[in-house]
Amino acid sequence: MHKLLTDGPGKKLLLLGNEAIARGAVEAGLAFAATYPGTPSSEISQNLFQISMNSPLYFEYSTNEKVALEVTAAAANSGLRSLCIMKHVGLNVAADALMTLAYVGVKGGLVIITADDPFMFSSQNEQDNRYYAKLSGLPMLEPSTVEEAREMMGQAFTLSETLREPVIFRTTTRINHSTAPVVLGPIAQIQSEGDFQKDPMNLVTVPAVSRKLHVKLLENQARAAELSEASEYNREEGRGEFGVICNGVSYAYVHDAVKDLGIEDKTAVLRIGFSHPMPKNKITAFLKERSKVLVVEEGEPYMEEAVKAFAQEEGTDVLISGKGDNLFSRLNEFDPALVRKNIAEYFNVPYDAPKIPDLSDAPESPARPPNLCAGCSHRATYYAVKKAAEGTDTIYPTDIGCYTLGFLPPLSMGDFLICMGSSVGTACGFSRATNKKVVAFIGDSTFFHSGIPGLINAVFNNHNFTLVILDNGTTAMTGHQPNPGVDMAELNLEGYGRVSIENLVKAMGVSHVSVIRPFNVRKSIETVREALDFKGVSVVIAREQCVLYAKSLKKKSGRPFYVSDKCKNHRNCILELACPAFYIDNGKTRIDPGLCVGCSVCAQVCPEKCILPLKSVS
Amino acid sequence: MMKEKNMTTTRLIIVAVGGQGNLLTSRIIGEAALLSDIPVRMSEIHGMAQRGGVVESAIVFGDASSTIISDGEADVLIGFEPSETLRALNKCNAGTFVITNTAPSPPFTVAIGRGTYPDPEHVKRLIQNKTGRLMAFDAAKLAREAGTAMALNIVLLGAAVESGTLPVSRESVIEAIETRVKKDFVELNLKAFELGAGAANENR
Repeated sequence: MHKLLTDGPGKKLLLLGNEAIARGAVEAGLAFAATYPGTPSSEISQNLFQISMNSPLYFEYSTNEKVALEVTAAAANSGLRSLCIMKHVGLNVAADALMTLAYVGVKGGLVIITADDPFMFSSQNEQDNRYYAKLSGLPMLEPSTVEEAREMMGQAFTLSETLREPVIFRTTTRINHSTAPVVLGPIAQIQSEGDFQKDPMNLVTVPAVSRKLHVKLLENQARAAELSEASEYNREEGRGEFGVICNGVSYAYVHDAVKDLGIEDKTAVLRIGFSHPMPKNKITAFLKERSKVLVVEEGEPYMEEAVKAFAQEEGTDVLISGKGDNLFSRLNEFDPALVRKNIAEYFNVPYDAPKIPDLSDAPESPARPPNLCAGCSHRATYYAVKKAAEGTDTIYPTDIGCYTLGFLPPLSMGDFLICMGSSVGTACGFSRATNKKVVAFIGDSTFFHSGIPGLINAVFNNHNFTLVILDNGTTAMTGHQPNPGVDMAELNLEGYGRVSIENLVKAMGVSHVSVIRPFNVRKSIETVREALDFKGVSVVIAREQCVLYAKSLKKKSGRPFYVSDKCKNHRNCILELACPAFYIDNGKTRIDPGLCVGCSVCAQVCPEKCILPLKSVS
Repeated sequence: MMKEKNMTTTRLIIVAVGGQGNLLTSRIIGEAALLSDIPVRMSEIHGMAQRGGVVESAIVFGDASSTIISDGEADVLIGFEPSETLRALNKCNAGTFVITNTAPSPPFTVAIGRGTYPDPEHVKRLIQNKTGRLMAFDAAKLAREAGTAMALNIVLLGAAVESGTLPVSRESVIEAIETRVKKDFVELNLKAFELGAGAANENR
């Protein structure tokens, strides 16, 4: 049985934030879930995927976040408790659906999880998705701890059903990827049979209907504001002239800081957990009792702006600060010492700064950037394209996935990236705006996610570039989730279809389509060269299963290679491929047999042909 | 905020290279704390762990709500790789107890000439001067002695527990190893744990 299906209310389990969130949904009787994977949200869906195999829960990996939201919107409008999970930038993709779904509303509870990533541990931006709640008019909840995340999920479903609106459940990386003991609650029965009642005058958003629905949304917001005022999640703790307003994980830092500074008897903390709509009355009442107020929130001054506006409306002249030169930044994430320092300085309280040792005389540790794995086929593909394009001035738009790492030297294959699918759209633009050759890279999952419209655009507008689809048969970066091109039979899962990338690309009207096996270096270079010579849109599908995924499927890897004595130390292998299986031992190039998976690419690259398979594996 | 029994706070940072088993070690420590009814909160950054990057875990025992540890505030630092221990020194202060493996795993940047690996003896002296106490030994060797280089994490865990700097008991950690590690590897890991504990006694 899955750990998160443990029956035993009151039992304490050590759970990752994302596990606590998944458990909270299960306890709430979650019937239907859809997602597109993205760090830091991925473990929520991974757990629900596993749970769905042995329970009535329906779960799917959708092709992208917009589709996932549409799928769950329909389930929720058929009365099912539904969950849609994504990382923060995923909500940009789903925003079109979100904005009008807010008008239409839901019947069964729908919770939309947006996992924000301050500091961008694994993201391309650190946008603050609280503004999506404001933009769409939807209610929003934000947990402050792992323990609270479990319980708040249940309340999110109740809130959604009370208001008949989707609820935005906003987390940040430090909630998703923190771990703490969590006390389990009872698991509710799943109601998994949905029913849809036709009601086109409220569900088909033609202008005449939407004008009415917008009125309803505003009425709902007024009701939500009342619930926010009364919510336990917006609670005042402590008393005193100092006021701190905080949300999310910042609450934990504030809590520790107030204790460490010994100002519990002087400080009142207002924790905002139901953060859209903001509880105006509660906040203005809080302001009136304080001499000074500090707003502690990572990201944008979302609460600060609201608090200042409330103060202005009420004519309260208490000093309110948050973001500023000597205060909090909009950049990065916070930490306990930073919050302690800012609270101490703002309220003029003495404190001891942590004594960080003077490390000016310490040698620098060599950088350890993440690297494509030993035996990763992307490395081989990049090598082939580089050789095929040698001597030409080529622009390489890239995309989001493991293969983005190829932008680092020595491969240096990646010149432009903004979002999922952007390799294809920007290739269209670069090929028109410049006279340069353009070769774009996109992974299989990203291609299904949002590369397809760009490629159709390229065919229709007759652009001139080569798109290399790096098909490693899985969504590798986020932990090997399935995508529409994956052979689900390999996972012993039945009831799935499969989309062929070749057939799809040909059907779009791409006339030059080729498939390479990147571990065959010479042939791959030749094939890519033909694609580059083609005038118009050409597609090269580089097909080789992700080496980590293959390992997880218990597939046999190749025999490791070694560098024989014939080595003349050209180091083409190490300098051009940068495979992490290589290391230098007393000036000699060596291969770590524990890392080498026998892809043989380096053996084909070596001018001396001195890299050979090991005879026996010890 | 959940009320838990009052106790002083101990802040532990574990740094490692992806694949060295940092996350499992943190899990074992967390489970051990849970078994001993010691309040515990942890966080980890592991987005690219499988791709050779640095993996850092923070474990906060006792009366605190935060799950991360600021610069200068670690009470204990366990480093699975010496240059990573060096990189994490900003987390330490003059009182920090540092436990480090001394067997280097140079990053790939060194092999391609984009970085220099620091001199191990120099690093050792430096850590000794900047922190409270250093326990440094070749944990990789002991792991191989236990049966596999993969057990390096448990060797260091054994040393940390034996040194008495963590609030978790030896018994609870062993119980956590027995429940968290795959059955076939329990015996090997317990051996690694004992070898680490032995190293701690030799390096007191």
